[in-house]
Amino acid sequence: MLARPGLPSFDYVRATTADEVVRLLKEHGEAAQLAMGGTDLFVRMRDGFIRPQVVVDVKHLPGMRDVVYDGQAGLTVGAAATMNEIARHPDVKAHYPLLAEAANSVASYQLRNRATIGGNLCNGSPCADTGPATLVLEGRIVLFELGGEREVPAGEFFLGPGETALRAGELMTAIRYPIPPAGSAGRYLKLGRSKIGDLAVVSVAVLGFPDGTAPSGYRFRIALGSVAPVVLRALEAEDVLAANPPGEQVFALAAEKAVEAASPIDDVRGSAAYRSAMVRRLTRRGLWEVWDRLG
Amino acid sequence: MAMHSITVTVNGSREYLDVPSNLTLLQMLRDRLALTGTKNGCEAGECGACTVLVDGEPVNSCMMLAVEADGREVTTVEGLARLYGDEDQLSPLQDAFVEHNAVQCGFCTPGVLISAHALLERNPDPTGEEIREALVGNLCRCTGYLRIIEAVQAAAEKGEVSDGPVYL
Repeated sequence: MLARPGLPSFDYVRATTADEVVRLLKEHGEAAQLAMGGTDLFVRMRDGFIRPQVVVDVKHLPGMRDVVYDGQAGLTVGAAATMNEIARHPDVKAHYPLLAEAANSVASYQLRNRATIGGNLCNGSPCADTGPATLVLEGRIVLFELGGEREVPAGEFFLGPGETALRAGELMTAIRYPIPPAGSAGRYLKLGRSKIGDLAVVSVAVLGFPDGTAPSGYRFRIALGSVAPVVLRALEAEDVLAANPPGEQVFALAAEKAVEAASPIDDVRGSAAYRSAMVRRLTRRGLWEVWDRLG
Repeated sequence: MAMHSITVTVNGSREYLDVPSNLTLLQMLRDRLALTGTKNGCEAGECGACTVLVDGEPVNSCMMLAVEADGREVTTVEGLARLYGDEDQLSPLQDAFVEHNAVQCGFCTPGVLISAHALLERNPDPTGEEIREALVGNLCRCTGYLRIIEAVQAAAEKGEVSDGPVYL
């Protein structure tokens, strides 16, 4: 049943502690839904895909919106930090500009005032803009439940379209990003149907850095969005770049490996063939842009 | 369904309301407070016709619950002129929209004004590109956007700063 105008009935609870959230989830089971910015949740509720009886607002838990940088420990981003908060945060811009770039590419200014990184990652959409950046920055997702806290590396968090490692009764509280490798440069390339404001038709995040342990002297991390059931790293492409000195042929080969790592589908935003072609282009472009800043 | 007693300051006036959990801020403004300047375009956070300021920042009011506005300050298009000290005149931005014919059917206009006002508050001298970026969440079917962008530029050039606090 569509519920327009407005939203279907539910009870709203503004949670004040993480324990309270976990108790509510235990008590109500599938009838409870966690809410952050609501930018995906409310749309799905209106369309009847999700019908919670209880909506638990977790934005106001202590520390959930904090963005804290430490020169040793790295960056801790609260799950309720909004895209705008992340994009304009001076420490994120200075030390994790790739993450700022990714957050700033989401939708519109109004939506970025509400959309949160926690919601973006927990939705598990292969289009999630913060997904590829979180993968190449090797973020660790912090999950809380009554027994305590556990960390899941970003590479193990995304399990399928809309499916993540978040278990029933758990709550994402933060993402911890380690200090990026010295001298690193990154770029998030997002292709949409319009120049800005759209979901990604294809997205590529590239992070490159000098590394004496690599035969080529450099390592690159490449993550792809919107071209597979999950956001994913293009590991064979990364191997090519670690083994062979940077240059046009090597970048072209890495781009081919990235195309092989992808398994895009036809959908309303683009065909699989187009997406494959764009993985090739965006990967090559991203590698060159990063290399220009490194070299 | 749970009811909530909330206090929201709307365009400078404190409002005391009892709202059900599922009432959106948009519905609260239009149906409870008769502030019908803010429009319902898509109810999906895509068109921006419902844009209002909450604590000085633009949000899509269709995507926010009324209960979430408890204790906060909301500004709608009806309250823009007040921020410039005279609620009986149009704000400089609104004047510019009139002068530059940036309004056709007018349905997108309240949302555009709110987004543009917030832009000029945080960036008083925006480039054309920055104006476009700030307005990407406000769709207009009529004007083709050019006159909207010119009007925002003209208002920026006039450089009148509002009396409202800068929240950032």
